Amino acid sequence: MCLAIPAQVVEMVDDEHAVVDMSGVRKLISIALLDELAVGDYVIVHVGYALSRLDPEEAAETLRLFSEYSALTVQTA
Amino acid sequence: MKYIDEFRDGQVAQGLATRIRQEVEPGRDYALMEFCGGHTHAICRYGIEDLLPDQVRLIHGPGCPVCVLPSGRLQSAIDLVEREQIILCSYGDLLRVPGAHGDTLLRAKARGANVQMVYSISDALDIARAQPDRHVVFFAIGFETTTPPTAVAILQARREGLHNFSVYCNHVLTPPALRAILTDQRSLAEAGSGKQDHGTLHGCIGPAHVSTIIGSEPYQFVAAEHRHPLVIAGFEPLDVLQAILLLIRQINAGEAKVENEYTRAVTPEGNRKAQRLMAEVFLLRPGFEWRGLGELPDSALAIRPEFAEWDAERRFVIPAIQAADHKACACAEVLRGIKRPQDCKVFGIACTPDHPLGSCMVSAEGACAAHYHYGRFRQAAV
Amino acid sequence: MNLTRQRFAHPLDVKNGCIELSHGGGGRAMAQLIEELFLAAFDNDWLRAQDDCARLPACGGRLVMATDSHVVSPLFFPGGDIGCLSVHGTINDVAMSGAQPLYLAATFILEEGFPLADLKKIVDSMAQAARRAGVSIVTGDTKVVERGKGDGVFITTTGVGVIPPGVEISASRAKPGDVILISGALGDHGMAVLSQRENLSFDSPIVSDTAALHELVAVMIQATPGIHCLRDPTRGGLGSALNEIAQQSGVGMRLREAAIPVHEPVRALCEFLGLDPLYVANEGKLLAICPAELAETVRATLRGHPLGQEAAIIGEVVEDPHGFVEMETTFGGRRLVDWLSGEQLPRIC
Repeated sequence: MCLAIPAQVVEMVDDEHAVVDMSGVRKLISIALLDELAVGDYVIVHVGYALSRLDPEEAAETLRLFSEYSALTVQTA
Repeated sequence: MKYIDEFRDGQVAQGLATRIRQEVEPGRDYALMEFCGGHTHAICRYGIEDLLPDQVRLIHGPGCPVCVLPSGRLQSAIDLVEREQIILCSYGDLLRVPGAHGDTLLRAKARGANVQMVYSISDALDIARAQPDRHVVFFAIGFETTTPPTAVAILQARREGLHNFSVYCNHVLTPPALRAILTDQRSLAEAGSGKQDHGTLHGCIGPAHVSTIIGSEPYQFVAAEHRHPLVIAGFEPLDVLQAILLLIRQINAGEAKVENEYTRAVTPEGNRKAQRLMAEVFLLRPGFEWRGLGELPDSALAIRPEFAEWDAERRFVIPAIQAADHKACACAEVLRGIKRPQDCKVFGIACTPDHPLGSCMVSAEGACAAHYHYGRFRQAAV
Repeated sequence: MNLTRQRFAHPLDVKNGCIELSHGGGGRAMAQLIEELFLAAFDNDWLRAQDDCARLPACGGRLVMATDSHVVSPLFFPGGDIGCLSVHGTINDVAMSGAQPLYLAATFILEEGFPLADLKKIVDSMAQAARRAGVSIVTGDTKVVERGKGDGVFITTTGVGVIPPGVEISASRAKPGDVILISGALGDHGMAVLSQRENLSFDSPIVSDTAALHELVAVMIQATPGIHCLRDPTRGGLGSALNEIAQQSGVGMRLREAAIPVHEPVRALCEFLGLDPLYVANEGKLLAICPAELAETVRATLRGHPLGQEAAIIGEVVEDPHGFVEMETTFGGRRLVDWLSGEQLPRIC
């Protein structure tokens, strides 16, 4: 129910605001809901607010699981 | 687009779909409810059903804040902006939803009301700052994903002493709605309604971004009390397929656990800071009427008295309006997963996106709109 | 030609002046506005004659006429402005019939208070677009409305052209078995404009694709005169254009999402706002429907032209009594590309 997309923090403006970038599109958003954010981090953005940090290791692990299940079927097919 | 494209890979999808086909037990049905409108939208927009075996049936749930907003509350907002000299700021989703008598915010705007579409509540704050002699009311809707931004904005308004800004709060909560659906489904099953479609639910796909805020813990009751597996899934189509696979495995094994597929953004405890800010600004309403689900206790939020200055319901007299749904409208049953959009007598005939009778047809992720817009060709083929 | 010094005491204050009601009054103020701003920019024999109409030579062929009103907001956007947009738009409408555009008429409804500096930029932009396209603006009209009754400026352009013999291009000619092509990436114009709207401001490298397509069309027709349909997918985007053609031709269509080009920033901004690029306006793209045996040639012709370098084959026309435009998604499933009821609105859900 909530359109939210991952975008990368490219500039910290102040304690509560940052600029994020997704494929060249940039927007000033609020980071008031998160602590300890750094340039380079990926965040999930919804209505101009960062809701959570995206964990790159977990993302990689999830992709690995997809591939594992997918590859297994290729082997057995 | 990083962290998006990889999760839409068509080849991996074929592999997962084959896996699902291999793991479903012959002759067994799997009725899975995807609670969240965002999942409804993803499923329809990518045609995920085409990749699933017939035994797997996806039921659209009520996780669409536009769909569950009672038309009376919407009508109150239309009346407010026409009656008072205010600027009403709203997300785009609400502009075409019919209130009582089919009126909409967009029509009110055409009649001269000052309705402005915004992407974010922070835009509404900007408008209030730029026009100190006009009062700006923000029409707040949404589940726990959209509520923290409203909390931040109200705190900001208080910090700045911005007095020409208030919020018309219609924020609702996910666990009570989920509980209502599951209880409903259980009573239907116990009453033995007989029809295969009614009251059989085997598992749930849990919301993605609500869960980034509330965490995975609040869903434990689904497994503990209702003995259904629930898998929190990200929004991308591979996430949804993976969640379906995990649910099928649990169902086959007779398990009922809460699993998290969206580990890259959801933790068990969620976003504690966001939860704290929500608790600081909002309290539970004793009851709130949900379109389609009826009156649910402790299911919606109101603004705390100490923030009365920024509560539109205290700054203005907003009489409650009871607006009955159109007689033929089956949104209530569609929202509860009892009817599919195509089971509604007026679907695609009297009720279309051009002329919606109910909110399921207006919201982009409402089950009826999603099916009409993306999937109705399947009925024609039959 | 120094009419200004003889007829008007002071030149127009283009730098700081604004449109006043007198500029629409039919008197000297209006004459000065027309001469110093419009005629100076559009300068040609027809306009120099200063008649209320343009006398045009016989065209010897089938005439095509098209007209468009332009109400875009904001007036200036990355990659263009309402001026060049209006010229390109009507040239393209004429060209989509296969015709060579020859003449344009341009009318302006100006709001009292509109800065002359902005008007000059717009008019100069129109003049440049017309010159580059080899099309003359031969006649026009100006009116002024009171402040608050217009959005700065509204422009209507009407264009006339001639169709070469043997060319039959129409939305009703699509046949089952035909191939559908697009000349390039979708959504640039619509998202360039949207990214600048207040309450939605995003910083993006997206630039409008506004361009005159008539030369591209001429090259295509010369190489493959058997093309069935041409359409520039403006408001409502590719999705709406295909649905219109499907209905007029009484056919269905099957598209492949993976084949449809969309630039990354456009895709990203659409994701942010919950919009579907298939329905976003384009102002420098065309879709072509042709018999299957011509498809590769059409694609090669498009790709050989600067305005068609990202051209792609995106689907086929099929028999379908329901007229559905269906699409195979990047995911391998299927979805309908429905006919939108109204404008797409950004959403949060």
